[in-house]
Amino acid sequence: MTSVPTRPAPVSPNPGGSDHPERGLRGLRGLKPLGRMGDRVRLPAQPFLRHLVFFVLGAAFFYVLTTNVSTYNDFQIGEIALYAIVLGGLSLLTGLNGQFSLGHGAFMIIGAYTLALLQLHAHVGIVGELVSATLIAAAAGVIVGIPAARLSAPYLAGVTLMLALALPQLSSQYGSVFGGEQGLTTTPPAGPGSINSQEWLAWIQIFCALLVLLLLANLARSRFGRAFRAVRDDEIAAAISGIHVARTKVLAFAVSAGCAGLGGALLAFSTGVVNNGEFPLSLSIALLAAMVIGGAGSFVGVWWGAVALVYMSTWSGSLSHQFSLGTSAAAYLSDAIFGVVLIVAILAAPTGIQGGIRWIGRRAWRGLVGTPLQTAATTALVALAPASSTETGEPLGHRVIPLDGPPADDGGSRCRSAPAGGDDRVSGDDSVSGDDRISGDDRVSGDDRASGDDRAGGTHGETSTVRPDPEHEHDPEHEHEHEHEHEHEERSTP
Amino acid sequence: MGLFVNILLSGIVQGMVFAAIALGLVLISRATGVVNFAQGAMGMFTTFIAFTLLTHGLGYWPAFVATLAIGFVFGALVERTLIRPLQGKPALNPVIVTIGLLIVLEGAAGSIWGNVARGFPAAFSQRGLVIGTTRVAFSHFDVFIVIAVAALVVGIVALFRWTDLGLRMRAAAFAPEVSRLLGIRVGRLFTLGWALAAAAGALAGLLVAPLSSFSPYYMDLNLVFGFTAAVLGGLVSPIGALIGGLVTGLAISFVGGYIGPDLEPLAALVLLLIVLMLRPQGLLGAAEARRV
Repeated sequence: MTSVPTRPAPVSPNPGGSDHPERGLRGLRGLKPLGRMGDRVRLPAQPFLRHLVFFVLGAAFFYVLTTNVSTYNDFQIGEIALYAIVLGGLSLLTGLNGQFSLGHGAFMIIGAYTLALLQLHAHVGIVGELVSATLIAAAAGVIVGIPAARLSAPYLAGVTLMLALALPQLSSQYGSVFGGEQGLTTTPPAGPGSINSQEWLAWIQIFCALLVLLLLANLARSRFGRAFRAVRDDEIAAAISGIHVARTKVLAFAVSAGCAGLGGALLAFSTGVVNNGEFPLSLSIALLAAMVIGGAGSFVGVWWGAVALVYMSTWSGSLSHQFSLGTSAAAYLSDAIFGVVLIVAILAAPTGIQGGIRWIGRRAWRGLVGTPLQTAATTALVALAPASSTETGEPLGHRVIPLDGPPADDGGSRCRSAPAGGDDRVSGDDSVSGDDRISGDDRVSGDDRASGDDRAGGTHGETSTVRPDPEHEHDPEHEHEHEHEHEHEERSTP
Repeated sequence: MGLFVNILLSGIVQGMVFAAIALGLVLISRATGVVNFAQGAMGMFTTFIAFTLLTHGLGYWPAFVATLAIGFVFGALVERTLIRPLQGKPALNPVIVTIGLLIVLEGAAGSIWGNVARGFPAAFSQRGLVIGTTRVAFSHFDVFIVIAVAALVVGIVALFRWTDLGLRMRAAAFAPEVSRLLGIRVGRLFTLGWALAAAAGALAGLLVAPLSSFSPYYMDLNLVFGFTAAVLGGLVSPIGALIGGLVTGLAISFVGGYIGPDLEPLAALVLLLIVLMLRPQGLLGAAEARRV
C-alpha cells in the first residue's frame, strides 16, 4: 500500500469517505488519505513486486555501467555477477538456514564440468546448459545435504572442507572423461549482431545473477524461507511446529548448491577452460569469507562480497607494488588480507558490511528524527519513490474488501494484503547492533521486511526507517521508545 | 607381498602423523569445544620458522626444541586473542575464525617464503631399513616418527591421568562453571590446552615436512586426514586420536597404493561420512545423548 503522489486521485468531495456504497473497486484506489503522504516512502508491500523493482533497477544500473566501461571491466563485472550468484546461495544456506559450507567450490566444479561436457557431447543451447548445470549441482547438493543435515557445525565444516579437497582430484583420476590436468575448453556464447562478445557474456551473467537473487529473495520470503529460519533458530521448536527439519535443511543445501553450480558454469564461460586449477580449496574458503564479509543472509551484501572477491587480488597487487614486495608475494598477500578481514569481521562486526551499513543508516536516521533535515530527506525520497510504487503499488486482487461494512483504511488493508508482516516494526531490523550471531539478521516472527527492505544500495537505511508501522507513524517519540525497547530486548537475549 | 608390506608400513607412518594432528584437534576440542581448522596451518608456519632457524646455522635439535616452544607460545596467543572473545557465541563463529587464521597463515607464509616446494632435513636417515635381504619402505626417520608420536600420546595421557594439572584440565573441560567455583583458573587451562595442541601441531609439521616437499599448503591434506582421525577417535580421547590416526593412515595408504593416490581424500571423506552416520560418537566414544 503506497502513497502515490503522482497518481491523480479520483475527484471526490470526501476522500476519506470510504463508506460510499456506490464506490466500486476502481474507486478504492483513490482512498489514500493525502495527509500521510509526506510521512513515508513505501516500496510495494508485495514481496515479489518489491523484489521486481530491485531487479529492474539493478538491470538498468548494470546496463548503463557495462556500456560505459572497457571490455576488461565488463569481464570483471561479469565475474562479480557470477560470484554474487554463488554467494547468494551460500548466504541463504548460512544466513537463513544456519548451515554452512566450506566446499562450495566443489559445486562450482560440478556446474563447470557439466557445462563443458554438454558443450562437448550434446548441443542443448545455452539455456539448457545452464539449467542442467544448476540441476546437477543441486542434485549433488542433495547427496551432500542428507548427511550434512545431521551434523553440527564443526563436523559440517570438516566434511565440506574435505569435499572441496576431494572432488577436484576426481578429474585427474578420470582424465579420459574430464580432460585431466588440462581440463576441457568451453565456448562462450556469441552475441547477436555486432555486440561485443565480452559485453554479451557479462549481460548474460548479470541477468542470471539478478534473476537468481530475485528468486532467492522470494524464496526467503515464502513459507520455505520461514521454515529455513525456524530451523536455524531452534530445530526442536521447528519440528514441533510441524516443519520437517531434515528435509528443510536438505532443501536449503540443494538450492545453495544449485546456485554454486550455475555460478561455476558461468565462470567456465568467462575462463574458457575448466580444470582443477580454477577451483582450489582457497576458492571455497574465500567464498565463505566473502559471504561473511558481505553479511550473511543479506542478498545486497552478496554484491559487496563479490566485489571483494574479484577486486581483492587487484588491490593487494597494487598494495604490494607500493611496498615493493615483489609479484609472487602479491598473490599471497591478498589471501592474508582476506583472512585478516574475515577474522576482524567475526570478532567486531558479525553482520558484515551490509549489517554495518544498515546500522549506520538507522543511527543516522534516528539522529535526524524530528529535525527539518528528516522532513527534507523524506520529501526527497517521496519524489524518488513514485516510479516504483505507481507501477506496482496496489494490485487490485490483493485488496481485501469486506462484504459488509466499510472498506478498511490504509493501514488496515495493508495488513490484510500482507498477512505475514502484521507488525513489521518489531521485526529484526534492530538486531544488527546487539546480535553476535553471524547467521541471519532477522527473527522468525514478523520478519516481513528484514530481507526485503534493504535492496536500494545507499539509501536503504532511510527507506527502511521511513516505513514505520501504521500505528506509530504520527508519533516519532513513540517510535523511538519502541526501538529502544526492542534493542533492550535484543541485548538481554543471550 | 612386498607391495602389501610397504603399503602397510607407510600407512602406519602416515597414521602416526595424522594421530599427532588429531591429538592437537582433540586437545583443543576438549578444552574449548572448538575444532581448530588452522591446526595444520599453524604447524606449517612453525615448520617454516624452523626452516629459517636451520638456514641461519642453528643445529637440528636446538631448532627442533625451539620450534616446539614457539608453537606452544603461538597456540597460547591464538587462544587469548582470537578464541577467548568468542566464548558463548554461536558455534559457527570460532570455526570461521580458525578458517580465517588458516588463510592468514598460508597467505603470510606464501608472502614471506614464497610458494616453492622445498626439502626439509630429517633427523635420521630416510633410507629404508634392510630386513633379511629386502629393503622395506621403513627408515630410521620413520621409526623416529612412530616413537615421537607414541611418546607424545603417552605424555598427554599421563598428564591427564596422573597429574594434578591434568585433573584440573579435565575438570575445567567437563564442567567449567563448577570448576571455576572450586577455584580452578579455567581460562588459563584453556590457554594451556591450546598451547599444548599447537606444540603437537608443530611436532606434526616437523615430522611431515621431510616425508615429501613442504610449501605453504602442504598441511591442507594432512589436516583433513587428521580431522578424519580425530572424528574416528571421538574428538575427546588421546588414545582415540592415536587409533583413529592409524585407521585413517592405513585406509588411505591402501586406497592410494591399490587404486590411485588422487582418490585418497575421497576415501577419507567416505570413511568420515560412514563413521559420522553410523557412530557419531566415534569408534571409542561412549554413546551419549546428542542432538542430531
